[in-house]
Amino acid sequence: MNDMSPPNDTDSYTTPDGRTIGPVMLEVKNITLRFGGVVAIKDISFDIREGEIRAIIGPNGAGKSSMLNVINGFYHPQEGDILFRGEKRGPMKPFQIAQQGIARTFQNIALFKGMSTLDNIMTGRFTHMKAPVWKQAIWRGEAEREEIENRAFVERIIDFLEIQAIRKTPVGRLPYGLQKRVELGRALAAEPKLLLLDEPMAGMNVEEKEDMSRFILDVNDEFGTTIALIEHDMGVVMDISDRVVVLDYGRKIGDGTPAEVIANPEVIDAYLGVAHD
Amino acid sequence: MVQSVLGDLNTFPKLLAHNVQRFGDAPAYRVKEYGIWQSWTWAEAHADMRATAIGLLELGLQPGDHVAIIGTNRPELYITMTAVSAAGGVAVPIYQEGVAEEIAYVLDHCSAKLVICDDQEQVDKVLEVRDQLPDLREIVYRDPGGLRKYDHSHLHSLESVIELGKSRASDRNAQLDATIAAKGIDDTCVMLYTSGTTGRPKGVVLSNRNILVTAKNTSEFDGLRQTDSVLAYLPMAWVGDFIFSMGQAHWTGFCVCCPEAEHTMQTDLREVGPTYFFAPPRFYEGLLTTVMIRMEDASKIKQKLFHKYMAVAKSVGPRILDGKPVSLGERIQYAIGNALVYAPLRNTLGMSRVRLGYTAGEAIGPEIFEFYRSLGINLKQLYGQTEASVFITQQPDGEVRADTVGVPSPDVELRIAENGEVFYRSPGTFVEYYKNPESTASTKDPEGWVATGDAGFIEKDSGHLRIIDRAKDVGQMADGSLFAPKYVENKLKFFPNILEAVVFGNGRDYCTAFLNIDLGSVGNWAERNNIAYGSYQELAQHPQVLSTLQEHVEEVNRSVAQDEMLSGCQVHRFLILHKQLDADDGELTRTQKVRRRIIEERYGDLIDALYDGSTEVFADTEVTYEDGRKGRVKGQLVIRDAATVPVTTQRVAAE
Repeated sequence: MNDMSPPNDTDSYTTPDGRTIGPVMLEVKNITLRFGGVVAIKDISFDIREGEIRAIIGPNGAGKSSMLNVINGFYHPQEGDILFRGEKRGPMKPFQIAQQGIARTFQNIALFKGMSTLDNIMTGRFTHMKAPVWKQAIWRGEAEREEIENRAFVERIIDFLEIQAIRKTPVGRLPYGLQKRVELGRALAAEPKLLLLDEPMAGMNVEEKEDMSRFILDVNDEFGTTIALIEHDMGVVMDISDRVVVLDYGRKIGDGTPAEVIANPEVIDAYLGVAHD
Repeated sequence: MVQSVLGDLNTFPKLLAHNVQRFGDAPAYRVKEYGIWQSWTWAEAHADMRATAIGLLELGLQPGDHVAIIGTNRPELYITMTAVSAAGGVAVPIYQEGVAEEIAYVLDHCSAKLVICDDQEQVDKVLEVRDQLPDLREIVYRDPGGLRKYDHSHLHSLESVIELGKSRASDRNAQLDATIAAKGIDDTCVMLYTSGTTGRPKGVVLSNRNILVTAKNTSEFDGLRQTDSVLAYLPMAWVGDFIFSMGQAHWTGFCVCCPEAEHTMQTDLREVGPTYFFAPPRFYEGLLTTVMIRMEDASKIKQKLFHKYMAVAKSVGPRILDGKPVSLGERIQYAIGNALVYAPLRNTLGMSRVRLGYTAGEAIGPEIFEFYRSLGINLKQLYGQTEASVFITQQPDGEVRADTVGVPSPDVELRIAENGEVFYRSPGTFVEYYKNPESTASTKDPEGWVATGDAGFIEKDSGHLRIIDRAKDVGQMADGSLFAPKYVENKLKFFPNILEAVVFGNGRDYCTAFLNIDLGSVGNWAERNNIAYGSYQELAQHPQVLSTLQEHVEEVNRSVAQDEMLSGCQVHRFLILHKQLDADDGELTRTQKVRRRIIEERYGDLIDALYDGSTEVFADTEVTYEDGRKGRVKGQLVIRDAATVPVTTQRVAAE
């Protein structure tokens, strides 16, 4: 198992199943996040490497979603630094971070319910629309060309996620599993380098989970997208992630390959709730 | 003589080249991809076909080699079938839904040298069984999604094969031309596997004569034109699709449109607006059920309007289609109905432009049949099978009825044997079953007569054929009266609530039945009546559902009792199955026909319970999921008794 961990932050290594994991992409250094007197995240450090699937697990209230919100700039931590590709990140707004190539999905689906699948995914292309508002209003030349390019890109995502049949359906009418897929589609539309998924499989049945796992692996494989995901289903985590970081009450209590993590007594205590001797 | 009928156009590659001259820039194929309809003109299809053929030769295709095609309907795959033929091979389309072992059996049986797959799913299945297939050399796929990192030593994208073909064209063109010219009317055109209602699928070898003469005759019978269009959505491995989307399409030059994905068929149907349409009864039933469910949810005014004008349509519509006299008042009423109800409904169904619709494979419910005809859709029935290149009988315009399957197709001769079995002889009659001379001999006699396996008779007045049941399923009850399960099953299935029915009773004192509820229809009823249910199984065993289905069974009994010959087939006891009958479990064929023997074996304990008087039975059944994993479904099933009509006439006659 130890040969899984690379010697240093700038080297690449190959996983047993033949995928190449690159150097560190995003580093979280001694982050502390407080809401008034409540400490949500306490002095946490970990890294995410290029091309890997990184899981964040932990019991309810462990600070997992807060961690994602810190990474995508929605929360600003009181202490600590975030380094993206080796550069320290100053205070940024979420849309600026999106422009850096970080996209996400949400735990409790945040789509535009009245809009169609197609339009929802189109909104994910926002960061790629360069034409100024007045040109879009006139709808000639640049704006029109841009829209066509973006639509073509979105159609590839629709094809990839196999949601052609619901292209024109308002998302509010779709079942939960499909809404999750549309949300993934919207995140992919931004062409992210780092994709943050907040419980992509919550509330799904076995078949939907299998589908979603396959799409996550395919995204990673086909587009080389780095993925950080929060997930509760240990089976899924063990199956698809390269490395796992475990949080409990805002602290980090474990970090390593799924096999290492699951063998860690502190993790077993805190997360899996099984007593050990 | 027939040779001269086709002239030089006696193979698909020759016909395709001829079509380039006839309709070069007209669309030959359409497919929706990335949200836009893409098309191939006849000229483009021909160019791609030649490049593919040379590419396949480069991959080592030898004359007479079998090339399996596994995938959904795609222009590239249709073009590839012609290319295989041009390169001297024989295309063998295979049902893409089949699990790996089923595919392995067919690939092994025909010793396929090459396999053309649509996408990763099919490639995975073939790779899974690759060790069992010593003859298989190369695999080609169309859609590269997810396949980038596979070992490509014997795996090729269709695109790369076409590129290879283009780059080698100058060296191989002459060879290709010679191969195409060498093939004639009696060479094998295609090999299609039967869906295997009984036992293992059989490879039906069909010659160019079989396919092309049939295509020519039937195109002329119905006056098909170059400007027609069809939606190709039924399995490519099915003979019907081969006749419609390949045979008739090449002969008349109409456009074949392929849906974007499996689930978009209904949307694509609306967008394409085909003029020529084929679907099994199940499709028409499902569509009607959807319409009825949506009407029940509509406002009161709309409901009233719908019911008023559907009543008008029912009495007037079919007469207009058949060209019978209709009074002016009725015509005006129908015209109003058309503006308010029928035209919008046809548009929603995607049938605004349908000039000619066919249904076959199973009997269709008279109400369903009438519904479409009353809307002005010219739906007709045909009767056929793989061994006949589809067409045995079909209904001419103006002679359409729900209870017959029509008159013999052009050049088809019919004969009814003493036991009632239907025999035919036609230009479409198959050459042989591949590697199976015994079955060939037992099915086709030296004079060319083929046993259909169906029992039926020809109506004296009209000359139309009526089918009663599968000949081998027709049996006798313990008291000697005739047992024809399909006849009763069809009547049961005409109720929207009943998806599938299996009737037992051969050699028994009375008949019993298994029923499957239609989840769409029953589920909607439950929703409207605030009936909560947790699973399919729970809904199926709900007392009110059982009572509703009991009423249906009793209604069927009353109707069956009126037929003197078959009055003994009334259903005395029935149960609702805890799971849907499924092709993945081997209970249905891939064309959704009931496999009686297998169901009898699997559910022997349930059948015993139907006959031993018990009121409940415990069922525990193994099921196979789509990905091949197995699970179990268990549950307590209620058995109900249904009222029957006493049959007196027969006894009087017997005494």
